[in-house]
Amino acid sequence: MHRLEEIWLTVSCGILIIFMFIVGYQAFALEMGPPSHMETIDPQKVDQTEPFDNPGVFEIGENEYEVVMTMQTFGFTPNKIEIPVGAEVHFTLTSKDVTHGFQVAGTNINAMVMPGHIQKISHTFDEPGEYLVLCNEYCGIGHQVMATTITVK
Amino acid sequence: MEHAKKLNIKETSKKLLGVNPADAKLSLSYFTVAFVSLLIGGVLGLLQGLERSGIISLPSWLTYYQVLTAHGLLLLVVFSATFTIGYQYANLSHSFGGLLPKVRKLAWIGFVLMVIGTAMAATMIILNEASVLYTFYPPLAAHPLFYIGLVLVVVGIWFCCFGVFINYRHWRKNHPGQTTPILAFFAMGVFVLWFFASIGVATEVLTLIPWAMGLVETTNVMVARTLFWWFGHTLVNIWYLVAVSAWYVIVPKIIGGRHFNEKLIRLVVILLVILNIPGGFHHQIIDPAISVPIKFLHVFMSLSIAVPSLMTAFAMFAVFEKTGRKLGGKGLLGWVKKLPWGDVRFLAPMIAMLAFIPGGAGGIVNTSNQLNQVVHNTMWVVGHFHVTVGMSVVMTFFGICYWLIPHLAKRQLTPKMNKIGVIQTLIWTLGMIIMAGSMHIAGLLGDPRRTSYTTYSDHPTALSWIPYEYMFAIGATLLLIGVIIQVYAVFNMMFFAPKGHTEYPVAEPEDGAPAAPLWTERWGLWSVMLLLVVAMAYVIPIVDMIMHAPPGSPPIRTW
Repeated sequence: MHRLEEIWLTVSCGILIIFMFIVGYQAFALEMGPPSHMETIDPQKVDQTEPFDNPGVFEIGENEYEVVMTMQTFGFTPNKIEIPVGAEVHFTLTSKDVTHGFQVAGTNINAMVMPGHIQKISHTFDEPGEYLVLCNEYCGIGHQVMATTITVK
Repeated sequence: MEHAKKLNIKETSKKLLGVNPADAKLSLSYFTVAFVSLLIGGVLGLLQGLERSGIISLPSWLTYYQVLTAHGLLLLVVFSATFTIGYQYANLSHSFGGLLPKVRKLAWIGFVLMVIGTAMAATMIILNEASVLYTFYPPLAAHPLFYIGLVLVVVGIWFCCFGVFINYRHWRKNHPGQTTPILAFFAMGVFVLWFFASIGVATEVLTLIPWAMGLVETTNVMVARTLFWWFGHTLVNIWYLVAVSAWYVIVPKIIGGRHFNEKLIRLVVILLVILNIPGGFHHQIIDPAISVPIKFLHVFMSLSIAVPSLMTAFAMFAVFEKTGRKLGGKGLLGWVKKLPWGDVRFLAPMIAMLAFIPGGAGGIVNTSNQLNQVVHNTMWVVGHFHVTVGMSVVMTFFGICYWLIPHLAKRQLTPKMNKIGVIQTLIWTLGMIIMAGSMHIAGLLGDPRRTSYTTYSDHPTALSWIPYEYMFAIGATLLLIGVIIQVYAVFNMMFFAPKGHTEYPVAEPEDGAPAAPLWTERWGLWSVMLLLVVAMAYVIPIVDMIMHAPPGSPPIRTW
């Protein structure tokens, strides 16, 4: 192998390895890993299964909330959520029909929400405003209207 | 020995007489389907660009999601597969001095199956019975005929795989102790990978057919999704491997140089084949039901595919510099000027290679856990694959057309057609930069993919995306102009260009270069290693998805 080629491959593979370390450090030490909740649910009995039999916004600590939410064509339950500035919010999500995507534009909240699976993702809303929540996985003819808002004030 | 001698005579006579007409007819038939698909898919692409930005609204009998499903199927499956088969079979015929008659027959059976399968799937899409998009994630349930059509397409591809395997084995048997010509080696890589990749999607679709017919009540959506990406991402790398075959072997000849060290080229092919399939998991980084450690393992497995690409980057630029200097290029960058920029056979694949620099970097972003979470299912991803597929792969395919089609049709590439090709390349490049560039930015701002025109009740965030969506439409318009020129060029070179001989540009090794080692031909071993890597990647998550499966989902139609 050519000397220059050795240098090129050593440097570029070295960068990939450093990259792996950073991604691993963030995922495991800083607990910034992607949403990967493992619990399951009967997708045809979501309304009868805890906690989704009572969806809503629940205060669980000091400025800390749990949002229990179902997604179904073509909406979110509950919708039009309001929370105070600085609140740490834990979303517990599932789908009642097909695969949906839970995205809050302008934040890092982005998770697949699939029938039969419970998905969890957390976020601290430090900036006030009216955040756009939308479904980012094609779910049917009304997919483009599947949206709501989270008002932080 | 006697037989081998006869074969050699056959090969020499082929070199004198040109392409075997029966083989040429086969490849040209595949190209005809490819470019008709490209034309229809391109028109659908423009419709999407215009609808997405609110410039037009589609009639009630044709929805955005029908258009999107057809665009994906026609371009990502039909165009790419038929072009690949046409090109790889031409390479095989050229390398082996003609295909075996039974192999040709297999490829024709594959052709018929793929055409019937595509027609069935397309009919269901047109009838609005299959608006499930290219990924057809259950529990969205299309008409059973849509899935049966897909099965026929996959079986058609398998016939072509077996054809390549049989012809390869035959040649090796008759040339003991010899390594196969490099283009035939690439063809083996492509079809071995294709065979193993399509096992995933075939398994998925075969479980979906009885479910869509109502014979089985529910299906496991997570397993289906995982099997889809086993295939879906590997497909991307099959196209890439096809493009790479032209970069390594064809482009050096066109610029008047020699190809890079053959041992390294073969190593790149082997690595791409062995490492590829687990890459599919990075499409599921924000899925439930796959644990964080498993996802981290897959970041590693996806990133490992970058290594052969980095080797390719070095090799190609080494070839360019060496050739440019040989042609008299002076100074640090003088060799760049010596490259034949006015030759479409070089210009198109060269821009394709340059596009792989941002394309590959974007791919590393997409595969990295937290970064994926920022861009997943946004327009960023659409921008990304229009750079990688729409530029790196498709522009290489376009560049191949300008010598391969006249060669097969026993016609010439005229200077005028070369000029048309250069103009086409420039229009395409500009269109892709405008469209994919604005898609990347809109995606970072949160604009979701696979969504028809919407302002989400005039939400200010959504309104801020609209200017970028206009840019998508402008880019898509240029791209359709590019498609029309390309389709014109292809059919002109097939049927109307002046008769004559066009060279099949296959680069030679450097003088005194060592012969390629025979151990690289151990495809049985490479297949076992591929399966080992697949087992490492898939056994734990899939067993977990099945053992801890929730009650399944019934078929649902939401369109």
